[in-house]
Amino acid sequence: MSSVPISWYLMLAALLFAIGTVGALTRRNGISIFLSIELMLNAANLTLVAFSRQMGDRTGQLIVFFVMAVAAAEAAVGLALFIAVFRARRTIDVNRLNLMRG
Amino acid sequence: METFIFLIFAALAVVSSLVVVMHRSPVYATMSLVVTLFSVAVLFVLLGAPFLGALQILIYAGAIVVLFLFVIMLLNLQKEGEAAGRWRGQLWVAIPGALIFIGMVGLVFWRQGAPDLQPLTPDLVSLKGLATALFTDYLLPFEIVGLLLLVAVIGATVAARRAPDAADGSGPLPREDFVAEETARKEARP
Repeated sequence: MSSVPISWYLMLAALLFAIGTVGALTRRNGISIFLSIELMLNAANLTLVAFSRQMGDRTGQLIVFFVMAVAAAEAAVGLALFIAVFRARRTIDVNRLNLMRG
Repeated sequence: METFIFLIFAALAVVSSLVVVMHRSPVYATMSLVVTLFSVAVLFVLLGAPFLGALQILIYAGAIVVLFLFVIMLLNLQKEGEAAGRWRGQLWVAIPGALIFIGMVGLVFWRQGAPDLQPLTPDLVSLKGLATALFTDYLLPFEIVGLLLLVAVIGATVAARRAPDAADGSGPLPREDFVAEETARKEARP
């Protein structure tokens, strides 16, 4: 019984990251962009855990722990900002939030 | 067996993340994100990080996704319409960019090959080792993250608060009115 090579995990993480990038670039709904960013964070976490296993070092797992905490903070602040924006503009469609366009 | 589990959950993660990105209803996209997060949590366990797998389900699938759903329902978001601009420009840049990225990562493994995973060591899996490192070598980052979460909670509360001088009068009462109402209520009491 052979174990899964690390390259499979890294390819999966790259695939998830690419899907998240496409979502963050093409969606117009602010919440959907946020979901895509969470997807990208998760792909990065998967890479860190895979390398942590490969190197036999738990530093990668600790970094993932901190990334999760920061992601929680980011989600709380970002969603609060969306609520504030929605109050002011009645939409969170990013194509219509062009107040600061030059 | 390990390969089998990996393939199942990798396929599940990819399919559900595609649904996250392509579904037009934010609620369905969020529920699909739960599936992705769960699959990645299984892969964490497979890689010998059961604590992170548990955290992933508790924090991400539990707390963050509930927060997302709450905001979606609070704002009463509708489906994204098939508006002009959805297929214009960005998509034609984003998809080739993503394909080039995948291709380059694949090329690296194709040319260099990749070693098999190291066997799991009890030291790597143990929660005790993780906790010891967290509270000795990484104590300062740990405290800073705690502070960051506190600031984020305060910031989120302030940002999402209704402005006191809302034009539609839905904000909290101005201070004088509030005091006057309180005194009136006290006087009305027998």
